[in-house]
Amino acid sequence: MIVRTLEEALAPISDGCVLAVAREQSGVAMAATRALIRHGVKRLHLVTLPTSSLQADLLIGAGAIETLETSAVSLGEFGPAPRFCAAVRAGTIRMKEATCPALHAAVQATEKGVPFMPLRGLIGSDLLAHRPDWKVVDNPFGHNDPIVLLPAIKPDVALFHAALADREGNVWIGRDRELAMMAHAAAKTVVTVEKIQDENLFDDPWLAAGALGGFYVERVALVPKGAWPLALAGHYCADDLHLAEYARLAASEEGFLQYLELHVHAQRAA
Amino acid sequence: MTAAGDYRIEELLIDTIAGLIANTNHAAIGASSPIPAAAALLARERGGGRPHVSLLGSRRQTFFTDGGRELFDCASQGRIDVFFLSGGQIDGEANINLVATGDYGAPTVRFPGSFGSAYMYYVVPKVILFRLEHTRRTLVEKVDFISAPGTSPQNVYRPGGPIALITGRCLFAFDRVRRRFRLESTHPGHSNAEISENTGFDFDRPEQAQETAAPSPDTLAILRTVIAPQLFEVYPRFTANVFAGRLP
Repeated sequence: MIVRTLEEALAPISDGCVLAVAREQSGVAMAATRALIRHGVKRLHLVTLPTSSLQADLLIGAGAIETLETSAVSLGEFGPAPRFCAAVRAGTIRMKEATCPALHAAVQATEKGVPFMPLRGLIGSDLLAHRPDWKVVDNPFGHNDPIVLLPAIKPDVALFHAALADREGNVWIGRDRELAMMAHAAAKTVVTVEKIQDENLFDDPWLAAGALGGFYVERVALVPKGAWPLALAGHYCADDLHLAEYARLAASEEGFLQYLELHVHAQRAA
Repeated sequence: MTAAGDYRIEELLIDTIAGLIANTNHAAIGASSPIPAAAALLARERGGGRPHVSLLGSRRQTFFTDGGRELFDCASQGRIDVFFLSGGQIDGEANINLVATGDYGAPTVRFPGSFGSAYMYYVVPKVILFRLEHTRRTLVEKVDFISAPGTSPQNVYRPGGPIALITGRCLFAFDRVRRRFRLESTHPGHSNAEISENTGFDFDRPEQAQETAAPSPDTLAILRTVIAPQLFEVYPRFTANVFAGRLP
């Protein structure tokens, strides 16, 4: 369903919900993230598919995150994610530390409607030691072959930004197929897009191959530059100057609050 | 023309790593790894199109079309031969720590997280550890947190693991049976004594110390004219920093 405002689109994201978000390369709904912070969303259980950068750091710094399920949070070329590091050291967020394919597999379990997924690796890692919800069993089809079982991750809402949607709410995701996996697994999916076109995506076989059916999508809102200051592949580059400014300011609590004032709270319309 | 001695440490590392991944079919490179990425592109250039190279974060230098999980599924299928990992700490048994130093519950320093290491380290046959900073802070006797272990017991499924560790000072080879590193070669301008002084773990030393070969003028020319433009798409800042103004 196409909605008129970003606020309407974000209504399904309530305090305490399990929110799944995309990795930096696949389409991060940054305008939506700033709007969530303005609304004062609280106690989110954030699941990153499988990593995050500015989005997780902003939400953590703004006090919106209670639990973080991730395999890494970093600003990449701009250095460590300062609010993430500070929150972990202060113990103000609960960590569910993972590795990339574990997050993919656990979300895929929900996509398939099964309670768990087995995954190789992990045995002997301290990740496993700190995840009492992960279990090691003996492969029932083998002999003396331990393997880890991961419980399914069931997001209440999946949130991402994409290039294009049509009036029916079908969304073009191209080759970033984990966005489809997120949407299949989440109870509701919220998408912001650069553009909404009149022609149905399924009328064009080239576009249809990269489309996510609107059936899975609860709400779509038109938000041009919705990934800014991150990149949207094929559309615009990351705003390096802005990201460098963020890294500099967010290094301290005071600087981070200044950033929020300047770029989140001051941008009521964004 | 560039004089033989006129190269940067990044170029030496790229050349050395390219040598380690020659004659493989597929090298995949994770996020934030410009030097391994450049090395894989160089190996492909020298190998006339092999290995295949998949650069995470690139749209052009990857054939994956099935989302983030395809990289890991591809590794599961045995279709990735080479991968790179690093660590905030790396220890003498090749355990890597990408999570935190100190107590996990109240860490001294927090790192980004384990990324795909707790999976890829087990399934990719040739994992190369890469860490520029070679100090007792990074190369430790025992890591504070094991993101992924260097070796596993016999009954754990493990077709993959580490083959080498390359730093800003030297190249170590890893022996999976003995669970120890061996000093393979020391980069020009660095001494064996300096390596011992700056390494927190014990390692095997060869009788005759070898020096890591400097990149040839041909290699430098390929790096600066052919590889740099390919690398720019994913690592614009690194490429500008290392290669800008260095065209032969």
